[in-house]
Amino acid sequence: MKKTKQLLACLVLMALGLGTAHADYTLNLMKGVTQLSNELYDLHMLILWICVFIGIAVFGTMFYSIYHHRKSKGHKAEQFHENTTVEIIWTIIPTLILVGMAIPATKAVIDLDKVQDSEMSIKVTGKQWYWEYEYLDSGVHFESHLDEASEKTHRVSTMDPHNVPNYLLNVDKPLVVPVGKKIRFLFTAADVIHSWWVPDLGWKKDANPGFVNEAWTYVDKPGTYRGQCTELCGRDHGFMPVVVIAMEQDQYDAWVKATLDKQNQKPDLSDQTRNTLMAKGESVYLKNCVACHQIDGNGISGWFPALRGSEKVTGNMDQLIGFIQAGTSKMPAFKKLPDDELAELITYIRNAPALGNNVGDEIQPNKITPKWDDDE
Amino acid sequence: MTAVVAEHDDHHDHHDHGPEKGVLRWIFTTNHKDIGTLYLVFGLIMFFVGGAMALVIRSELFEPGLQFVDPNFFNSMTTMHALVMVFGAVMPAFVGLANWMIPMMIGAPDMALPRMNNMSFWMLVAGVLLLASTLFMEGGAPSGGWTFYPPLVFQNGKSFPFAIFSVHLLGISSIMGAINVIATIFNMRAPGMTLMKMPLFVWTWLITAFLLIAIMPVFAGAVTMLLTDKFFDTSFFDAAGGGDPVLYQHIFWFFGHPEVYVMILPTFGVASTIIPVFARKPLFGYASMVYATGAIAFLSFIVWAHHMFTVGMPVAGELYFMYATMLIAIPTGVKVFNWTATMWKGSMTFETPMLFSIAFVVLFTMGGFTGLMMSVAPVDFQYHDTYFIVAHFHYTLVPASIFILMAAGYFWLPKWTGNMYNEKIGRLHFWLSAVSVNILFFPQHFLGLAGMPRRIPDYAIQFADWNMVSSIGAFIYGFSQLLFVYIVIDTIRGGTGEKVSDEVWEDASKHSLEWTVPSPAPYHTFSTPPARIPTEHF
Repeated sequence: MKKTKQLLACLVLMALGLGTAHADYTLNLMKGVTQLSNELYDLHMLILWICVFIGIAVFGTMFYSIYHHRKSKGHKAEQFHENTTVEIIWTIIPTLILVGMAIPATKAVIDLDKVQDSEMSIKVTGKQWYWEYEYLDSGVHFESHLDEASEKTHRVSTMDPHNVPNYLLNVDKPLVVPVGKKIRFLFTAADVIHSWWVPDLGWKKDANPGFVNEAWTYVDKPGTYRGQCTELCGRDHGFMPVVVIAMEQDQYDAWVKATLDKQNQKPDLSDQTRNTLMAKGESVYLKNCVACHQIDGNGISGWFPALRGSEKVTGNMDQLIGFIQAGTSKMPAFKKLPDDELAELITYIRNAPALGNNVGDEIQPNKITPKWDDDE
Repeated sequence: MTAVVAEHDDHHDHHDHGPEKGVLRWIFTTNHKDIGTLYLVFGLIMFFVGGAMALVIRSELFEPGLQFVDPNFFNSMTTMHALVMVFGAVMPAFVGLANWMIPMMIGAPDMALPRMNNMSFWMLVAGVLLLASTLFMEGGAPSGGWTFYPPLVFQNGKSFPFAIFSVHLLGISSIMGAINVIATIFNMRAPGMTLMKMPLFVWTWLITAFLLIAIMPVFAGAVTMLLTDKFFDTSFFDAAGGGDPVLYQHIFWFFGHPEVYVMILPTFGVASTIIPVFARKPLFGYASMVYATGAIAFLSFIVWAHHMFTVGMPVAGELYFMYATMLIAIPTGVKVFNWTATMWKGSMTFETPMLFSIAFVVLFTMGGFTGLMMSVAPVDFQYHDTYFIVAHFHYTLVPASIFILMAAGYFWLPKWTGNMYNEKIGRLHFWLSAVSVNILFFPQHFLGLAGMPRRIPDYAIQFADWNMVSSIGAFIYGFSQLLFVYIVIDTIRGGTGEKVSDEVWEDASKHSLEWTVPSPAPYHTFSTPPARIPTEHF
């Protein structure tokens, strides 16, 4: 008996030790940073406590019975097997509790749906496997990919995720929103169904290809809020996080201006050294290509072709440019890539030791001739 | 003609129509007990196959980072784990119990349609083998989730049509099994065995069989629409052709929600059969148990969209599906209260089947609580597609359906084999399972609330601790199930050596007919109807 007690104490201490060593985990739902998320949190706690009380009553009765009404204690079984009064009572009381729950729940459903009177709109498009954001009022438009450190770490087994800040919950370009403004989100998807979730905002919403869903938020507190895609969307479903940065209006305005300036800038097509091309090319590859063709360029048998030793990659340069810009029935067209990034990428995939290719050439941004006529 | 008849009679005199010898007995058998055994053994094997897949998942999730498997294979594992457990393990195991026990419980000599019984078993094997073969195909097994949501499912490579054909076979097998159960119960009850005298296990299976007949064609229809969308240029689910991917989700969950009740209603039936025996009391509220089962079955058809609250529904839809879903708590509550009242003022003993049944009542209720929480549509906007959901449905399946299947095994093994199992090892199996299943699934509530989505092969650092705890629980739970295999084999081979009585458990014959026949149950039982029907409930 003493030994059992010691063991138990030891286990409890271990559990506590575990708790203090990694104090950053949470047990309960987060309250979030909007009025809506707080309303949902309160509703969650209300129902949780109702369940706890019912649980105590039911399990308490059961364990009292298990303890006292056992044969080994000489308890004789009674033979009753129905009692209409009791049965009516335990049908009506749960019904009343449910009605009590349904009232605040109904209010919350209606609140969730109040997308009217928003002051700005952001269109969110889910893609395999990143998010695309379009600010419908200001024209800001960008893609938001998993950050490079996480991208590399989860693909290379020797790298330790513990060394990456916000592993898998960080992006290269976060969604920036102002505080104190009602924002409407429009969700859609380009390929398969995705779902956009930031727990601090209090909800998730599915992004369905071919359809538009709506949701809204009003962030009270400046800060960085992280979430993930929550609808299985294929191989890299676990690797398309959402990061929202809420900032004061003036900071936000400055951000919009800076982002628009950068967006409208013509790409810098001046010559680069080979090393720069290769280094930048790796980033472009990690962002656009690695999900299918993999970090070692081997692709995935039966799904995505290998780049390693591929004729298409190491052969005629012009054809390769056309191939990347126009896409195929299986590969999306990468006409969005500006000439400088395309030159970096092509130099990289033809020469990267990581992909096992070594053609020994390079291409400068101003040598890219468009193979894709942009009619838009 | 007369000669033939005479010869037949002659034949009858010398033989007791015992089982054939050798492997052909099992291939061609039409005996309900043999087919029941086939189903149960098949279910147990698939339980370990599906369990092995779960351990691949939990191994990968033991630590952050990708250590063992490619994300695509990980997705195949979550998909196949679900399909194998639902269609290969839990459903066949309950069909096995139905085959063994329904004729014996209603005093019938066999199932009503014995040849179809054989066919439905072998079609199940064909379906599962076809499904398993996709693991070796180019591009791997299906990896878009067991729900087969389009358009993701179309990216599934070579395995796609094979998985769908497998679903068709499994559906046909289930429908045939269900028809057989209904035909048996409606036509083969012994004189005096009125519907309201049937053991609850029979009642719950009767209702389950109707669910199956209603939903399997819907599922078959949904996946066939996927097939034509992919290969024959229809666009049911493609917006570009005027379709809608969400339409698939509506059809799927119209099947999917009753489908989960197909796994839980027979569970309720077995629990309602076991608890009175060990409480030495009649089941409390027999009639209300029957009505509650019917109510749950009815509600299961009108709540499907609570699986899709975040899909973008109008407010009226959200509200309707929220209210309807909340209603399920009422009949389910009635059941839990009835089981508690059955134990109340009984004279309880705690043999292994009772231990598993009590654990079922407690842990299933916990799964019911989280179910109530997520029925509240607005809060489900947080819970949906997180580990909170994973914890919820595993609580309603593992310590519920699986625990009750184990309980049924311990409860009826002595009747099936004529030998007593080893109670000590049985209890060890129970305590290991009951503790580890909570280590495995309880932390998943925390993970979900903290923000960890489902179906991801790798996760952020703040989820690391509870994932490790959960994985440790998974391995303890998984390996402790081998004890059950040991016990089954040991009991078949003689068990404790003690010969069990017809009744096996004290006064069990007051509760149900199977305890009035010898142990082990002879190859043919109730060739003549039973003289007396247990009427303890009245």
